[in-house]
Amino acid sequence: MTGWDALRAALESLRANPLRSALTMLGIVIGVAAVIAMVAVGAGARDQVLRQIASLGTNLILVGQGSIVRSGVKLGAGTASSLTEDDALAVLSEIPGVVVTAPSVRWGLQIVAGNQNWGTVLFGITPDYMEARDWTVALGRGLSDEDVAQANKVVVLGQTVVRNLFGGGDPIGEPVRLFSTPLTVVGVLAEKGQNTQGQDQDDVIFVPLSTAKRNIPGMAKSNPRFIHTMVVKMRDGADMAEAQAQIRDLLRQRHRLIPGQDDDFWMRDLSEVSATRDESSRALSFLLAAVAAVSLLVGGIGIMNIMLVSVTERTREIGLRLAIGARRRDILVQFLIESITLSLIGAAVGVTLGIGTAVAVAALAGWPTLIRIDSIVLAVVVSGLVGVFFGLYPARRAAGLNPIEALRHE
Amino acid sequence: MGPQTVHALDGVTVAIRRGEFVAVMGPSGSGKSTFMNLLGCLDRPDSGRYRLDGQEVAGLSSDALAAVRNRSIGFVFQSFNLLPRQTALDNVMLPMVYAGVGHARRVERALAALDSVGLRERARHRPTQLSGGQQQRVAIARALVNDPLLLLADEPTGALDTATSLEIIGLFQRLNRRGITVVLVTHEPEVARFAGRVLQFRDGRLLDDLRQEPEVAP
Repeated sequence: MTGWDALRAALESLRANPLRSALTMLGIVIGVAAVIAMVAVGAGARDQVLRQIASLGTNLILVGQGSIVRSGVKLGAGTASSLTEDDALAVLSEIPGVVVTAPSVRWGLQIVAGNQNWGTVLFGITPDYMEARDWTVALGRGLSDEDVAQANKVVVLGQTVVRNLFGGGDPIGEPVRLFSTPLTVVGVLAEKGQNTQGQDQDDVIFVPLSTAKRNIPGMAKSNPRFIHTMVVKMRDGADMAEAQAQIRDLLRQRHRLIPGQDDDFWMRDLSEVSATRDESSRALSFLLAAVAAVSLLVGGIGIMNIMLVSVTERTREIGLRLAIGARRRDILVQFLIESITLSLIGAAVGVTLGIGTAVAVAALAGWPTLIRIDSIVLAVVVSGLVGVFFGLYPARRAAGLNPIEALRHE
Repeated sequence: MGPQTVHALDGVTVAIRRGEFVAVMGPSGSGKSTFMNLLGCLDRPDSGRYRLDGQEVAGLSSDALAAVRNRSIGFVFQSFNLLPRQTALDNVMLPMVYAGVGHARRVERALAALDSVGLRERARHRPTQLSGGQQQRVAIARALVNDPLLLLADEPTGALDTATSLEIIGLFQRLNRRGITVVLVTHEPEVARFAGRVLQFRDGRLLDDLRQEPEVAP
């Protein structure tokens, strides 16, 4: 018996009970469709997040002031004032592959314009910071090297701040006050929207680093060169882990930390953020795999059940086939091909339904979906294996029938 | 009751020559079914020998027996055992599926076999579209299609009316005259009249082995 003969016999038999065959396939259909649709939704969401992360720049390393330990008590991030503008300069000049280092200080405060005021976050920065974090100016101008050198009393506002202080009017040239210091608005930042944690990135104001240090009360510390954080931008394709290790060594050496002593700074790069995302999407994938496994298991049991019924119903046919010269292997193959055909047709219907669902979800709910070829291949292969696994027992039972008894079966 | 060996057949020695038409008779439990199953290579004897066309088949493997059945034996059953959803032609082609015959040859030989039972023009009909006698003739065509040494018919007229039975018996006689060996199991003496030799079984033993002048079916 050739495979073609077996396939023909299988299709013939499935066509004999169309409703039964369709209901039997249903488990596989739903399992496969669910896998493909959910993978498409998951992959679409993940793809969107990855694009967001890529837009932040994955080649950035953030370095911040660490905690100081006083009598064994850690006083929290930012309490040490060891990180300085000179550290930033050293990183730029000594670490290979560094494009820009942007030192900054950060302060939460009220900004006042006329009779309006708004609580926001001030960043004292250099122009490099805007380049490193991909900030652009929508109106007016950004901060210049001259602003920093002369500690000019100028400020660049984020969109949220503009909305709250000026109600959407043109703020360029308007005076604002920070504590008692009057500043002039010279620019408005282009809108960035929320970051991946849902924080409003536009609720921010930028002033020159020097201006911030000189005019914000409480900012003056023992070391006038101190900074809170620096952004290190590496050139594209740089080895981030290697760069981090080199920066750590350099800073430890500059801060005269002895081996065994904790770092007095923290460091992270945005690829760590994407690693976190990878982890959560792995958890999602695991969940999907569990759902798929359960539905395919149920589908497989359905196939086994109906194949057992079929073997019983067709006992005489099996007896006849054995009598006229079928070997046991021929019967085994015939029934196996029947169960595999059943599950593969179910898989094909499921793939179609899954793609349809993904497309419908994208169109109706507006979610980004991405149909993954590997999810289709996997679903079809697993369905085929389900057909083999759950078809094997009924097929062996058919092949093991005694022809004399099978022919006598009513 | 202790374990007890029951011999369905005991001490039976029969030689059937090529071209004979043999009727096997006996009440149920007489051993005639076991005799048929051994003859048809569906069963193997616990002891004793069975030589088919000079070949010892008692010790063959299950696959080898399947091949012997496929090539050397044509089965005809009381209930026809046609596959209901396939055409007469497909049914007749079935033994060739297991003989590894190519598709074109299968169709050609199946049509020839249907021709020899007078049903060539019904090749595309399904069993449900055929009368009982026609169905049995399709089954006979299926039994003939691999040119067997032996045609084994188990109560082939049991499900048919008298007129149709005579038709089928007549067909067996014509095939026998063309040189095919026919062994036919029946419990009806009216059917056995058409055989040249009658084997009578009772209680697992061969009671009588009678040669007779067969009646000729119309």
